[in-house]
Amino acid sequence: MIPAWESQGLVVWQGARQALRGAGLTVMPGEMVGVLGPNGSGKTTLLRAGLGLLRPQAGTAALAGRPVNGIPEVERARLVGYLPQERRVGWNLASQEIAALGAPDLPPARAREVAADMLTRVGLAGFGQRGVLEMSGGERARVLLARLLATRAPLLVADEPAAGLDPDAQLLTLELLRAEAARGAAVAVTLHDLTLAARFCDRLVVLAEGRVAADGAPEEALTPEVLLRVFGLDGALVGSPAGPVLAATRAAQRPPGELGR
Amino acid sequence: MSGRRGLVLLAGLVLVAMALAVLVGETPLRAGDYLTALARPGSAPGEILWTIRAPRVVMAALIGGALGLAGAALQGLLRNPLADPGVLGVSASAGLGAGVAIALGLAAIPGAIEVAALAGALVAGALVVTLAARFREPETLILLGVSISAFAGALSSLVYNFSPSPVTTAEVLSWMLGSVANRDWPDVVRAALPATLGALLVAWSARGLTMLTLGEETAALSGLPMARLRAAAVGGAALLAGSAVAAAGIIGFVGLAAPHLVRRWAGDDPGRTLLPSALAGGLLLVLADLAARVIPTEQELKLGVVTALFGAPLFALVAWRAARSWRS
Repeated sequence: MIPAWESQGLVVWQGARQALRGAGLTVMPGEMVGVLGPNGSGKTTLLRAGLGLLRPQAGTAALAGRPVNGIPEVERARLVGYLPQERRVGWNLASQEIAALGAPDLPPARAREVAADMLTRVGLAGFGQRGVLEMSGGERARVLLARLLATRAPLLVADEPAAGLDPDAQLLTLELLRAEAARGAAVAVTLHDLTLAARFCDRLVVLAEGRVAADGAPEEALTPEVLLRVFGLDGALVGSPAGPVLAATRAAQRPPGELGR
Repeated sequence: MSGRRGLVLLAGLVLVAMALAVLVGETPLRAGDYLTALARPGSAPGEILWTIRAPRVVMAALIGGALGLAGAALQGLLRNPLADPGVLGVSASAGLGAGVAIALGLAAIPGAIEVAALAGALVAGALVVTLAARFREPETLILLGVSISAFAGALSSLVYNFSPSPVTTAEVLSWMLGSVANRDWPDVVRAALPATLGALLVAWSARGLTMLTLGEETAALSGLPMARLRAAAVGGAALLAGSAVAAAGIIGFVGLAAPHLVRRWAGDDPGRTLLPSALAGGLLLVLADLAARVIPTEQELKLGVVTALFGAPLFALVAWRAARSWRS
């Protein structure tokens, strides 16, 4: 099977700082992959370079097996939907109009229908005419998630979709993305909450200083050794009725070494 | 749909204002004179209506529409309600072109000032298109526009500084104040050609402006040809604002005010704000020019002075509200 998204050996310099030092990512159809790592480890840069939003100094990135920079804009939009971390919306459009921007390929009336469906899925049925700048931050985040779902793309990439949301909205967001993966879409999300990552993702890619420090099923990727080395945490994933939970404290002593912080 | 009804209403208001502006003026006409003017356009009342007032009124509507459309395009592009053709330095560069032409004594050649002003606007527009392709952040483009504007202003001051006579300086200043007085039909056609091209470019960019509501990254992956749409919006706005400055001097704040007046009613969608902004700009300038003509003053009020008197407080109000929304 061809990966929905694949990147390898990405090197990105941002000014004098090397944001990526050879990281890469593979996401198969039907798979939900979490991209983890401390602040500044290169998560967002990995997504952006992999989507062709910035040009890496080295490395390759492909969507559905085709080099990302060779794909015409219209086709690229059919292959991937992207939810950036930045949630600033320029104008106070009605939330249904915002969600409908996920489907510019459809006739306007059809796009609005899709948007209304997606708003219902994110729990905002009946809020379609509400101005998006008159909503709370959490509601606005849901509208933007509805816009992502409205793309109906086979690869959904969401940068920090759970950041700043209340627990209910965090779980809803990840459940909806999980459902997309169950329907065959490839899903990639960056997350800071390791418990949510372990519970919802099939596979976790842990970044540290621009490199992949671990890549595997949640229990394989988030070992006590990785937790200590990458995140500076003393602890482990422990089982609970609702799924794995991170039980950890800040490590008193950080091990020295290239990846130690 | 209420949007379409409003559009028809706005267009109707523009036509009513234009008719009023043709009928009312400094020279009082009696009812019989209007009939004469209709029956015999070559008669004295006919001359007043069709050769003096009508082209002036059409020019005001055209320039106001061009400025309103340019303002709406730039505000959508930069996602900033404070953007206006002046921000990109287009108006200041056009003013510089005209100032140079006047200082070189070219004012006697018909059309020379206009050509020089349009050239200045297009140079600034080309510069901005280049910069817009290089720097995608709206804030950067605004700052660069402010620099272009300041530099063009400095060069204009240099022209006055070295101008051979106070008469020349007075001439340049008078042109800078902005006016549509004494325009004839060929003037209107000369202004309409570049403005129409600019309007078409801006209209084509509408989808891109709407998508930019969600930010550069989302727009870049939306499937729309954003680089071309962005260039069309900037280039179109430069042509519109440039042709306006070339035809009527520097008329501030219409580009800022027009989109602001209609935005809420166009659903806040920057793409759907374009046409109503053009109509609102036309309406504003026709009314402002009517005011400039009929307010009894020793010397005729300059149109640019009237718009600035009303526009500057509005600018403060918009900034006030924008600052409040940025905090939330």
